[in-house]
Amino acid sequence: MIIAERKDLGLISKMLEGRSKVLVAGCRSCVAICHAGGEKEVAATAEALRLRAAAEGRHIDVTEMTLERQCEKEWVQEMGPHLQDREIVLSLACGVGAQVVQEMYPATLVVPGLNTSNMGAPEEQGIYLEKCAGCGDCVLHLTGGICPLARCSKSMLNGPCGGSQNGKCEVNPDTACAWDLIFHSLQRLGRLDLLEENIPPKNWLPSRSGGPRRIVRPPVVQGEEEKRSREGSP
Amino acid sequence: MRSGSNLERVLESGTFAVTAEIAPPKSTSTEGLRKKVQALKGCAEAFNLTDNQTAIVRLSSMASSVACLQEGAEPVMQMTCRDRNRIAMQSDLLGAASLGIRNVLCLSGDHQTFGNQKEARNVYDIDPVQQLMVFRQMRDQGQVWGGDTIEERPKVYLGAAANPFADPFEYRVARLAKKVKAGADFVQTQAIFDLDRFERFMTEVRARRLDEQVHILAGVVPLKSANAARYMKTKVSGMSVPDEVVVRMKSASDPKKEGIRICVETIDHLKNIPGVHGVHIMAIGWEEMVPTIAEQSGLLPRPCIP
Repeated sequence: MIIAERKDLGLISKMLEGRSKVLVAGCRSCVAICHAGGEKEVAATAEALRLRAAAEGRHIDVTEMTLERQCEKEWVQEMGPHLQDREIVLSLACGVGAQVVQEMYPATLVVPGLNTSNMGAPEEQGIYLEKCAGCGDCVLHLTGGICPLARCSKSMLNGPCGGSQNGKCEVNPDTACAWDLIFHSLQRLGRLDLLEENIPPKNWLPSRSGGPRRIVRPPVVQGEEEKRSREGSP
Repeated sequence: MRSGSNLERVLESGTFAVTAEIAPPKSTSTEGLRKKVQALKGCAEAFNLTDNQTAIVRLSSMASSVACLQEGAEPVMQMTCRDRNRIAMQSDLLGAASLGIRNVLCLSGDHQTFGNQKEARNVYDIDPVQQLMVFRQMRDQGQVWGGDTIEERPKVYLGAAANPFADPFEYRVARLAKKVKAGADFVQTQAIFDLDRFERFMTEVRARRLDEQVHILAGVVPLKSANAARYMKTKVSGMSVPDEVVVRMKSASDPKKEGIRICVETIDHLKNIPGVHGVHIMAIGWEEMVPTIAEQSGLLPRPCIP
């Protein structure tokens, strides 16, 4: 899932400056699970904005809504009626959601209420760990199910650097050394032989280095006719 | 000869070799650097010019290496994967070779968060094993990565780093083997204080016969004070400093002398470990002591091998 954190309220207020009719829009997907932009966080952020405005003697009219998914047009359509009198949308979705909303409602300014951080998983309640770098060419079969690109501070592909000690990364004592994890995982799996092979320089074309990525899955791409008939149906 | 460098000639002759580290200045002036080279010349086969070590901006290792050459000493140009992608690396290798640099050390590089550019974005397009693969292909096949032909190949002696004190220990020799397979001609190790652990590392190196395929130069650091010893023990990841070393430094009446003594004793020990083909002296901020250490270790004069 996508892990995000809410921006500082002061920064959010600054982005909203001069606008008094605000829609705070959340998302029930990833950002709800990581407690950054779900229904509860939307309510808390909206209330904080009201209190802040009241304390500063400003008038603000904050409405709230939380979509099932802010990254899919089908769900974002539901926002239309709620935007009628709104001057600005504070999106508490990830950067993807905020962009889809802006794309669908180009006449209304959409500002980001979250900092989208990474693709990760909850480690335990309230603690989230980055797991995937979205490189477009997965190597987990070679690394015991632990991604060195996302989880090694130097994204090394051929083993740990000299800063790995007692299972920790030298960059941060709270960070596990990915290569220590990989070594022990492959040891348990009886596949330490994989660590003897040199992995050649990575092809970064499937990654961001090939420019923004667009994936086309031909069997599910709709033809023009199909699109028209869909749009026509209720 | 792969490069014809002095370091290669000495190592290939089977002579116990010496290299030493010199830190480039935080300056455009190479005057201080040149003085250091003049003072140290003749104490080692070649001198490592570090590449923005600890991620602190300094004069480039290439410019420093050229200054070293101009003073009549041979450089080992260090090159990290932190700051360059494969385009810059290959271009810099050609550039270095064109300027007469004959030894290059391939490194991952200290993470940028340790230095004075914490907000920098690192590169790590390739890692040091891949860097060795690319450089060896350039030298031996005369091709850049991807296959395009190089008119004049870069004749360089390729070095790598090894840290026997980092974890997981069981993987350290396998990792060295990967670097050897990738193209390392010589290896310089992390500073050795924990001789027991280094002996265990070397036993495994010999069991794999890696000592017959690569020249291992054992790293040493002279300690200046008890504080320095404690700092290395507790604050530097991938370092192992036994308590007895800290105690010796703490109880010494002249800690600087004691630091040199420990360093010389360590070198004496290292000389007798089979498979160790030389030492790499890293007198951080204390380069002027290199001649003393080399002298007291019986490593002078350095041989002249044509």
